[in-house]
Amino acid sequence: MAGGVAAGLAEHLGLDVFWVRLAFVAGSWFNGAGVIVYVALWRLLPQGEPTDPEQPAGLVSATRRGLRTPRRSSRLPGGDLGQTIALAVLGLGVLLLQQHLGWGLASSVLWPLMIAVAGLALLWRQADEAQRQRWAGTSPDVPILGLLLGGGGWAALIRLVLGAVLMAMALAVFVAQSQGVDTLVPLAAGTVLALLGLGLLLGPWIHRLSRDLAAERRERIRSQERADMAAHLHDSVLQTLALLQRHAGDARTVARLARRQERELRDWLYADAEPDGATLRAALKSVASEIEDVHDVTVEVVGVGGDVAMNDDVATMVRAAREAMVNAAKHSGAGHVDVYTETVGSSVEVFVRDRGSGFDPDAIADGRLGVRESILGRMERHGGTAAIRSGPGEGTEVRIAMTVADRDEESDR
Amino acid sequence: MMKSVLDVVVVDDHQMFRTGVRSELGGSVNIVGEAEDVESAVETILETEPDVVLLDVHLPGGGGAEVVRRVHQRAPDRKFLALSVSDAAEDVIGVIRAGARGYVTKNITGSELVDAIRRVADGDAVFSPRLAGFVLDAFAGTIEVAQVDEDLDRLTEREREVMRLIARGYAYKEVAKELFISIKTVETHVSSVLRKLQLSSRHELTRWASDRRLI
Repeated sequence: MAGGVAAGLAEHLGLDVFWVRLAFVAGSWFNGAGVIVYVALWRLLPQGEPTDPEQPAGLVSATRRGLRTPRRSSRLPGGDLGQTIALAVLGLGVLLLQQHLGWGLASSVLWPLMIAVAGLALLWRQADEAQRQRWAGTSPDVPILGLLLGGGGWAALIRLVLGAVLMAMALAVFVAQSQGVDTLVPLAAGTVLALLGLGLLLGPWIHRLSRDLAAERRERIRSQERADMAAHLHDSVLQTLALLQRHAGDARTVARLARRQERELRDWLYADAEPDGATLRAALKSVASEIEDVHDVTVEVVGVGGDVAMNDDVATMVRAAREAMVNAAKHSGAGHVDVYTETVGSSVEVFVRDRGSGFDPDAIADGRLGVRESILGRMERHGGTAAIRSGPGEGTEVRIAMTVADRDEESDR
Repeated sequence: MMKSVLDVVVVDDHQMFRTGVRSELGGSVNIVGEAEDVESAVETILETEPDVVLLDVHLPGGGGAEVVRRVHQRAPDRKFLALSVSDAAEDVIGVIRAGARGYVTKNITGSELVDAIRRVADGDAVFSPRLAGFVLDAFAGTIEVAQVDEDLDRLTEREREVMRLIARGYAYKEVAKELFISIKTVETHVSSVLRKLQLSSRHELTRWASDRRLI
């Protein structure tokens, strides 16, 4: 609603946000207890950090340096606005009814209080917004004003001024009611003068403080990033460069080391973080990199449809696919192997293809355990199918398919 | 339209990569210009009027997509082939939707690259297996009967078959042989998929893209 307290609480308690809001509104009928609790929670609860999924390092860096086209964000306003307004109106109605029946607070207190709460809500809302923008790193470098406004521009300014005016009005109404209207003018003048003096005294100091704070925070983030980067470069790139020098005469080893380093760096920079072997695709990828290392070929894995969580069936498919990849790498003479996997519902297919010498599938010698046992036999034993298409000079394609039971829709992409 | 030697501009922010491309392609195409950021790229391309622009996806000044958009405002016929080390779907689809006619990864061999440049110059599209995979994902989902006339928002069965074969590592002529169609027909299918990818407002495509923070 105003500060997102209800939504936060609902998430924490596992309730629908509607009920939490209803509780707050009902609570406010008892001498405003609901409002007081809401305000207290707003201040006391930590603000949730925005749950933006982390991007790979390379993309973050490319975005920061302006190498990518900035995306236009298109967030829709919250869909439950109507519900919130209905609740607010309900709460207000019951409050006024209490007032009318003489059960509530005296109207000399209630009205200034309500105006003050509205003003406070606006001001705090703006403070939250500014903080959120600082997290997002989009707040401008203007001290003080930047701290208050965030990157909000006019909307933020209006919110600030409106909040301040509401607060002043609440105070004015309260004073006017208790002391009479004539005391209002000298009191207001005195307050404004005092505020001005305070501002002149403290302004420059606060200005410097906020600027130092921002500078220090930037420096700290930067040095952390540098340290992470240095550690990573040392562990991977530097080690590989040292190895390359030692094997400078051996072209095959150099190519292999360079390829492995490229893959590692690319994964670190651009790939989504996937734990090794937790899903079909992750497992195929790690098999592919192993084969690239051992057999001096490139293997490209392309996945379509949802990924499948690892289980016995999937493990069988990965083993059969591995055998097909090894065969392609060892016997076909091609320098490149394509692996393609597609999931439709619970049926999973894996294709392993090379453009190498090929062979006549009908003439596989019985001794060729690889193809007959490790691929065809293995898949049939586990209730899947495997088919080999090949001919001399035509390359080879192995198709492995299985209906995977107990499919866990791990990530829907 | 077909020239014997094609004019090419190479846009990449890494000097080493531009030199590499120049030495690898020098004999097969005529490299008429190089550029290293969005500003200089737009300028160079408008000035030299190359047949094909080899375009890095990540560029200082707003990325490859920005180059395509700005050049196409002034010269809508300029053809772009995107080239990248980044396999991030959002970047690849982003530059294609901006108007590039194909995408290949930087570790492509020299002869394959020449082939791809020639294809783009002829007005065809070039899809790497990975891009074909992205496309299949983007257009996944069942066809709803109510939307059957929305031609842009779905792939035909044939186009899907072609995409699957390309994703499996088939070259165009292998796709043609597999499906008993001509290479020209394969090229037509791929170009039509490219058009849909660029123009489609398909709901799933939009959702898929925003899931990957495309829009």
